[in-house]
Amino acid sequence: MSKEPVAVVGIGQTKHVAARRDVSIAGLVREAAVRALDDAELTWADIDAVVIGKAPDFFEGVMMPELYLADALGAVGKPMLRVHTAGSVGGSTALVAANLVAARVHSTVLTLAFEKQSESNAMWGLSLPIPFQQPLLAGAGGFFAPHVRAYMRRTGAPDTVGSLVAYKDRRNALKNPYAHLHEHDITLEKVQASPMLWDPIRYSETCPSSDGACAMVLTDRAGAARAPRPPAWMLGGAMRSEPTLFAGKDAVSPQAGKDCAADVYRQAQIADPRRDIDAVEMYVPFSWYEPMWLENLGFAEEGEGWKLTEAGVTELDGDLPVNMSGGVLSTNPIGASGMIRFAEAALQARGQAGEHQVEGARKVLGHAYGGGSQFFSMWLVGSEPPDA
Amino acid sequence: MPDVLKAPLVVEFPFTRSLGPVQSAFLTGLRERVILGVKTRDGRTLVPPVEYDPVTAEEIRDLVHVGVTGTVTTWAWNHEPRRGQPLDRPFAWVLVKLDGADTALLHALDAPGPDAVRTGMRVRVRWAEERTGAITDIACFEPYDGDDSEVTVHAGEFEDPVHGIVAQARLDYTYSPGRAQTAYINALAERRAVGERCPSCRKVYVPPRGACPTCGVATVEQVEVGPSGTVTTFCIVNIKAKNLDIEVPYVYAHIALDGADLALHGRIGGIPYDQVRMGLRVEPVWTEGGGYPDHYRPTGEPDAEYDTYKELL
Amino acid sequence: MTRDIAVVAFAQSDTLRSSEEVSEVEMLMPVLHDVLAQTGLKTADIGFTCSGSCDYLAGRAFSFTLALDGVGAWPPISESHVETDGAWALYEAWTKLLSGDADTALVYSYGKSSPGSLRDVLTRQLDPYYVAPLWPDSVALAALQAQALIDAGDTDERELAAIGARSRATDNPRAQLKGPVPQGDYVVRPLRTGDCPPIGDGAAAVVLAAGERARELCERPAWIRGIDHRIEAHSLGVRDLTDSPSARLAAERAGAFERPVDTAELHAPFSSQEVVLRKALGLDDATRVNPSGGALAANPMMAAGLARIGEAAARIHRGESDRALAHATSGPCLQQNLVAVLEGDPR
Repeated sequence: MSKEPVAVVGIGQTKHVAARRDVSIAGLVREAAVRALDDAELTWADIDAVVIGKAPDFFEGVMMPELYLADALGAVGKPMLRVHTAGSVGGSTALVAANLVAARVHSTVLTLAFEKQSESNAMWGLSLPIPFQQPLLAGAGGFFAPHVRAYMRRTGAPDTVGSLVAYKDRRNALKNPYAHLHEHDITLEKVQASPMLWDPIRYSETCPSSDGACAMVLTDRAGAARAPRPPAWMLGGAMRSEPTLFAGKDAVSPQAGKDCAADVYRQAQIADPRRDIDAVEMYVPFSWYEPMWLENLGFAEEGEGWKLTEAGVTELDGDLPVNMSGGVLSTNPIGASGMIRFAEAALQARGQAGEHQVEGARKVLGHAYGGGSQFFSMWLVGSEPPDA
Repeated sequence: MPDVLKAPLVVEFPFTRSLGPVQSAFLTGLRERVILGVKTRDGRTLVPPVEYDPVTAEEIRDLVHVGVTGTVTTWAWNHEPRRGQPLDRPFAWVLVKLDGADTALLHALDAPGPDAVRTGMRVRVRWAEERTGAITDIACFEPYDGDDSEVTVHAGEFEDPVHGIVAQARLDYTYSPGRAQTAYINALAERRAVGERCPSCRKVYVPPRGACPTCGVATVEQVEVGPSGTVTTFCIVNIKAKNLDIEVPYVYAHIALDGADLALHGRIGGIPYDQVRMGLRVEPVWTEGGGYPDHYRPTGEPDAEYDTYKELL
Repeated sequence: MTRDIAVVAFAQSDTLRSSEEVSEVEMLMPVLHDVLAQTGLKTADIGFTCSGSCDYLAGRAFSFTLALDGVGAWPPISESHVETDGAWALYEAWTKLLSGDADTALVYSYGKSSPGSLRDVLTRQLDPYYVAPLWPDSVALAALQAQALIDAGDTDERELAAIGARSRATDNPRAQLKGPVPQGDYVVRPLRTGDCPPIGDGAAAVVLAAGERARELCERPAWIRGIDHRIEAHSLGVRDLTDSPSARLAAERAGAFERPVDTAELHAPFSSQEVVLRKALGLDDATRVNPSGGALAANPMMAAGLARIGEAAARIHRGESDRALAHATSGPCLQQNLVAVLEGDPR
């Protein structure tokens, strides 16, 4: 049996900011959902099911918030499914929704991910004091910085590479009206002069804390034929998980990431990702993860990822643009960040990315990861439907 | 089996909840002793007012003023009030359809006993003395035998509207770490690091988590590791964490204890922070009463070769 | 539907009032070993893994990441997680098999309610602006529903007591509460102790397989003829608490009304909710309801719904049922409901 092709026909995001004080949680998700419906020129009645994702419930202090959000998302009387796979959840949520279409369970599905970080404090949510256990000795960056150091040691990358990524992503964000950080006066010197928080990670190389939501309308071939704007077609999608911490884990280039990418490329018949893929939205919460993921995803040989960054290949006008939207470095509503990557990839394939559109982008990868670099979800979307 | 370790775990946070326009009007109204509902396009009045029609999903904004009196649609007698509930003496939970409303509001009813409560009875709002713009501005309902209150249209506009609430939430848990972690913690109390070996892949996990995560089987065989180890990688922390009383800068490191097959985390001391390096050999430093090493300090041995620990990175 | 998918194995732990001597993964792992052993499969043979759990129960974020240790996810596996009852994890896995992405799936879920005060914890599910600040506990909300049923003439306290007694008359060795249990005092009137589920910790797991693979792995697979889930409005005040339109619609979509079922495993944590579900699902005395004892005999949060599907499937495996309905619920007063219809091959 062949799968039903899946098309992205509607995309909506909120303007991501540090604190949306003018809306409830429902109001926040609603805004993204309505924009996605408007983009697809569909109404609530056209939606068969809702698949929603977010990171831990402690972030907003609402247990299983989808129960309360059912009304706002027009889900009453419909199936509503809640996904939670840590930081990769935005991507996983989209894939679960896509599979409902691929399996022909539903024709048109609304998928959405959000985080309203201003309701609490993410570091509180992540570091609830567990009795008997040594408290976490460093903030979020402290969790990642040692892996960055390991990457630098392994590859001999010069210590300026991280700042290049941050400088690029922040400039890209200026072209994306939905990005949280709009640092109009950003310069490379400013990035490099920003305080070293968790050496080797500087302040400017970290992500912000955002309130935001992202939604997509996914549909089948018939739905795509009715779409008012060009759809993006899903050419491949996969999730992979490996344990949190284990003997032999490669935290710099996790096997689950490699396997996940390989599965997507197999489905999409990508022989050489560097040549066949036009642009990438990858989950880079700290700047150094760009070169690390370039290797993990097969865009560069092991140890060579930083050279692509350094040579400007990943710039908006480069040969392989990465994080055209400004990426997680410019916008991070945690649970939504993965879906934003997927949605931005789809925007590119549809030619709808506006000022940060990559000319002629036909195949674009969306990537998300989470947990202790253990959960991966990716999809490859294209401007043309998959071969029948 | 030794006694199970247990300790209280308090999960508490004052969540700051911003409000949408409908919620803002409703909660501000409560502060002003006014109850607002919202009209759906087909003419139903929803109280409490929600932002989106539960039937059609339409956004709804037309506020109407409803009565402070109403009728109980169902009830439940709560003889043992719990923390945070509206009254600290026995009361009835009620769903109340206020006069002019088509849906019911959940709250408490102050009544002398279950015999004084029935479905269909008339009740009225008892306002809280101090009102801030929250659902708790309604202290509770009380029995009422007067007339229906008047219902008027209301623009929902007030001076100094409430735009947010602070929802203090506290949950009390009892944490118990399970068999493997308990053994590890008990050994630490004797200043020993005891991991567990996987019977299948033979890898030694410190701390043990009860299962070998790659084989999915229980780890049982206890193996003492360390006390010394090797810094596999690290970062220099330059910002003070809220929950920690450690002077910055300091080094947060991954340390592979000798005999362990993956690194644990610790702080490095006894050496200037900018001289810590990958491969540094360290040993634990204990303080009186600490449940785990306070930090690790250099042993003075030559650094470990990269090849000896690169698999543990 | 173009691909036949079946539940081919089911395992569960005992449900215990406290499991403090074991961690979540230590509680879960034997169940995973059991369900895999029934099929002879290893983790590496499984095409897709999906789990259900909830951070709020034990008060720890990301609890599912450590539970994954019990699976042995190496080499890396195709895996996902839902923050709700494992019945919805099964639903997600079912779609993966349906699309042809996988031929087998491992579904598991677990919940430890003992570390917290479950009645209080569940208040955090409610509208965070208008309801959660009043801390109405789960029994109180169910009691409001029960009183509405009594007022409507749908039941009375004696019938509710009989539901509890019948449920606990089960011979299920995994039941936490069974045999004659006093109906007890009011917890929140009109619900008495006997109308409420025991609070317990536990885990459940099933293996799904498609087509011929199912026949290889199980002598009499429990074919999923239909599965669907629906949600209702959140606020109790806008719902008719005496009915469950979402359960009825899910059952209709799952094909439950096409032919009678001989067995129904209903996830009705409170006796009064069985009354609602029987009405919504059109079940009469010809259908054996909750031979496992249902949630009134054991209600491990996040696992009890999956266990209903597992129990129904196990009866088909054993030849004790030919066509069974399994139901799972989530949210206050049956807000969200899932229905699966399972069938065995003709004997």
